[in-house]
Amino acid sequence: MEPTDITNPEYFHKVVDCQYACPAHTPVPEYIRLIAAERYADAYMVNWESNVFPGVLGRTCDRPCEPACRRGRVDEEPVAICRLKRVAADNKGDVTSRMPVIKKQKNGKKICLIGGGPASLTVARDLAPLGYEIHLYDEWHKGGGMMRTQIPGFRLPEKVLDEEVGYILNMGIHTHFNHYVDSMKEILSQDYAAVFVGTGAPKGRDLILPGREEAKANVHIGVEFLASVAFEHIKTIGKKVIILGGGNTAMDCCRTSRRLGGEDVKVLVRSPFADMKASAWEIEDAKSEDIPILNNMPPKEFVVENGKLKGMIFGKVKATYDANGKRSLIPSGEPDVFIEADDVIIAVGQDNAFPWIEKDLGIAFDKWEVPVLNKVSFQSTLPGVFFGGDSAFGPSNIITSVAHGHQAAISIDQFCNSKDVLERPAPTTNLFKQKMGIHEWMYDSPVEDDDRFKVPHARKELTLKNIKAEVELGFDVQTAFKEAQRCLNCDVQTVFSASKCIECDACMDICPTSSITFTMNGEEDELRTRLLAPAENKSQDLYISGELHTKRVMVKDEDVCLHCGLCAERCPTSAWDMNKFLYGVTKVTKII
Amino acid sequence: MTYIKSKIRHPKQPKNSIGYVKADYEGALSTLCAGCGHDSISAAIIEACYEMSIEPHRLAKVSGIGCSSKTPTYFLGNSHGFNSVHGRMPSITTGANMANRDLIYLGVSGDGDTASIGLGQFCHVIRRNLNMTYIVMNNGCYGLTKGQDSATADFGSVNKSGTENPFPAIDLAGLALELGATFVARSFSGDKTQLIPLIKAAMSHRGFAFLDVISPCVTFNNNMGSTKSYEYVRDHIPATAAHEFVPQEEEILISYPGGSNTSVRLHDGSSIQLHKLNANWNPIDRNTAVNRLQQAKINGEILTGLLFVDKDSRDLHEVINSVDQPLNSLRKELLCPGTSALNKINDGLR
Ligand SMILES: Cc1cc2nc3c(=O)[nH]c(=O)nc-3n(C[C@H](O)[C@H](O)[C@H](O)COP(=O)(O)OP(=O)(O)OC[C@H]3O[C@@H](n4cnc5c(N)ncnc54)[C@H](O)[C@@H]3O)c2cc1C
Ligand SMILES: Cc1ncc(C[n+]2csc(CCOP(=O)(O)OP(=O)(O)O)c2C)c(N)n1
Ligand code: SF4
Ligand code: SF4
Ligand code: SF4
Ligand SMILES: [Mg+2]
Repeated sequence: MEPTDITNPEYFHKVVDCQYACPAHTPVPEYIRLIAAERYADAYMVNWESNVFPGVLGRTCDRPCEPACRRGRVDEEPVAICRLKRVAADNKGDVTSRMPVIKKQKNGKKICLIGGGPASLTVARDLAPLGYEIHLYDEWHKGGGMMRTQIPGFRLPEKVLDEEVGYILNMGIHTHFNHYVDSMKEILSQDYAAVFVGTGAPKGRDLILPGREEAKANVHIGVEFLASVAFEHIKTIGKKVIILGGGNTAMDCCRTSRRLGGEDVKVLVRSPFADMKASAWEIEDAKSEDIPILNNMPPKEFVVENGKLKGMIFGKVKATYDANGKRSLIPSGEPDVFIEADDVIIAVGQDNAFPWIEKDLGIAFDKWEVPVLNKVSFQSTLPGVFFGGDSAFGPSNIITSVAHGHQAAISIDQFCNSKDVLERPAPTTNLFKQKMGIHEWMYDSPVEDDDRFKVPHARKELTLKNIKAEVELGFDVQTAFKEAQRCLNCDVQTVFSASKCIECDACMDICPTSSITFTMNGEEDELRTRLLAPAENKSQDLYISGELHTKRVMVKDEDVCLHCGLCAERCPTSAWDMNKFLYGVTKVTKII
Repeated sequence: MTYIKSKIRHPKQPKNSIGYVKADYEGALSTLCAGCGHDSISAAIIEACYEMSIEPHRLAKVSGIGCSSKTPTYFLGNSHGFNSVHGRMPSITTGANMANRDLIYLGVSGDGDTASIGLGQFCHVIRRNLNMTYIVMNNGCYGLTKGQDSATADFGSVNKSGTENPFPAIDLAGLALELGATFVARSFSGDKTQLIPLIKAAMSHRGFAFLDVISPCVTFNNNMGSTKSYEYVRDHIPATAAHEFVPQEEEILISYPGGSNTSVRLHDGSSIQLHKLNANWNPIDRNTAVNRLQQAKINGEILTGLLFVDKDSRDLHEVINSVDQPLNSLRKELLCPGTSALNKINDGLR
């Protein structure tokens, strides 16, 4: 193998598993250390710069970082990254003085943002400091998009959302609330320099089954139901409720129903549990609120008697998988089952919908009605129109929408300055030496043995009675400190200088996880089998040095390195050094 | 500040044939200087014992005084240990071995501990062919007392303060051969592929197995002009052979192309495979070993590898015909058979 090029920013970035997995590449270990140091406001701002909604995300993020967390590969569970973020938000105090200052002097360009969800708000935040005059349209009376209309208050208190939406709207954004945009043509006819579409995937799918029409008074579409609950148009529901679907929307619908008077609430999933789309923790929370989830039961018909919904009939299936792993659900032979219900909520998916974009404007859509976009710039086929968030590639989550927003903001700025939108700014990187003494580092190098701490929940008797009562209480600061100390500081990189190494083997001998081997070079696949411990996780790189005095090379398997610094402490010549690597996704302008 | 080694290990760490992982053979975190050769030898001992599936409680580590003699704290934390007096490791081991012949004895010493204060003890333990492995971590200086030249420092070698050594060195491997040691090998802390099989072979040998391991002192003897520095040793070590240790139950797997291959069967049925780099070399002949060692010295080379092994070695217990059972398990009835037995003996002498 060729020696590793550690000057390529992506090499060390990939070692920081959580940051790499985060769509917005939030510098996770950096903020976790700040939390441990009780610097909550600093930790908050590190987050805010990257992900714009730390308080919201600290409660609701899909947390793609956690399955990626290195701790999960060497210990039973990953660091509670997401819930630590909340600790920063809960304890930060007043950060208004740290927010970017918006110049009175504008740059003369007007930008139109359609939709007030996280994607549009991110574009607004990134562009406002540059002097753009920003106009944001949303059909509702407040900003936040689905964060407000869909995510129930018992998971995300309105206060938290209002605060973080407020930081952005206070940047001098011109809001046009209660304004549904029904013609793109009309928008384009105005003097906007660019238009960003962040309208989400607002259309909840229906299930057309026998009896659907007759039962319609008691059959609800999940996203519409949640929005109606959020705005208090719906305040009660029947005692017996069936939720159809296995995603997070279904989980929010069933838990909401429990709070509106539903006593016998059941979730019915057509496929096996293992294929449910909902996050494990949302399923767990639903179950702990006495909501059974029944699987392998596809709905067959709505049963209506005397014009009133009585329940539903479900078939029974089992899943079989062909040689390619493709699933088919085949009838199990068991008899159909009737389940009583006063109300049924259909939560089986959402689609994009752009009835308001005229087809003759030059904005192309593919056969699934999804806009044709450049994946890097988010530019549509009409150069001044950009998309992001759920409206771009279908429903995803808040953090992905934020990441889209950052990139779209760059494109819009390039476009408004007549520059190539495909010219992207390089990420910022920084390597800081961590050495303070022979055995002293600027970070807490010892690895704590603690298991993941559980976030306390409010008592069910209270939360089921009050739909606004938040269920999760967040870590107290003592527990947060302990949880923060579980972080392995994966951003503190082991940096090797071949010219200093005297091949004493000390680093190889001390390494707790047998990550370092001195051996003859070879082809990657073969080399991976020859290391002190087999390097079977190919998604993790091998760090290879140039040739050493004995013609061997140093090979480090990045997979399970604990970043404990022992190799560097043991090295007599400082051939190993621990350097903190700070990777930043470049924003359109420096935010803080 | 660390000095804390995480308990987390590689999730795929393998187990040996008795179900232990390598961590089960580790000891406390070393307090030696970073980069000390002794730590590498400790790592090689851990690896050898792990691979040989030695039950940790069946091994006793014994040492004298010195950085080298401190190392037993840093390996085999679940084994017996005795950190004794300067130069007195051989007599402590002799006593222990006489009392309990069922344990595996691993003696660890330094060049100061062995070639100066303990030289007499060293000679006698060889003469007696005590069943033990005797490892000298040889750095050519007294590391623990800040680097004075030891008796193995080569003539003309320059120490850290810039002084040339005016005395000839004691070659411990040569001395061991001369005194009739039944297993003599030399290796280098920086060459684990050679060192680990040699440790395994030494531990499988019945009788006195001596391993002289050159082990650079990074702090006091890794300077220009030293003949025990990493760089100097690497540039001056031709090996007698490439070695592979073959446990008794396994097939010999490696066959080297060219050269000539020999297999030496060890007492416990295992064997050491030698791919000889010099066709005239014979590891079971003491004379060629003595000659080659002399020749290497004249050439300014540090000869490493298995130098000599006596396959018919008879250890001290065999020589003195001691009882098969460990003394510590002899019950009172056996040791004091009573008046009637005494009378019988007395009668036999009348
Ligand atoms: C029930 C449910 C629970 C969820 N829970 C989570 C969670 O816990 N964590 C997570 O990360 N993600 C969650 N999501 C997904 C997340 O809410 C979305 O991925 C995210 O909000 C998408 O952001 P966006 O900016 O693309 O658009 P949205 O948030 O969808 O915002 C779009 C806004 O535009 C408005 N709009 C649409 N068309 C027009 C128009 N023509 N004119 C004016 N306004 C218009 C919409 O009303 C809406 O307010 C959940 C989704 C649902 C449905
Ligand atoms: C009876 C006695 N004399 C002298 C000493 C001082 N002393 C301690 S260690 C040592 C030399 C150790 O040298 P070596 O055995 O080569 O060990 P190293 O530290 O080099 O590994 C001496 C002379 C002592 N501890 N006890
Ligand atoms: S920091 Fe060094 S010693 Fe610690 S686990 Fe990583 S490679 Fe091993
Ligand atoms: S500890 Fe340092 S000098 Fe020794 S082998 Fe490792 S990198 Fe090289
Ligand atoms: S003084 Fe020398 S022998 Fe002692 S620990 Fe340090 S390097 Fe090793
Ligand atoms: Mg010494």
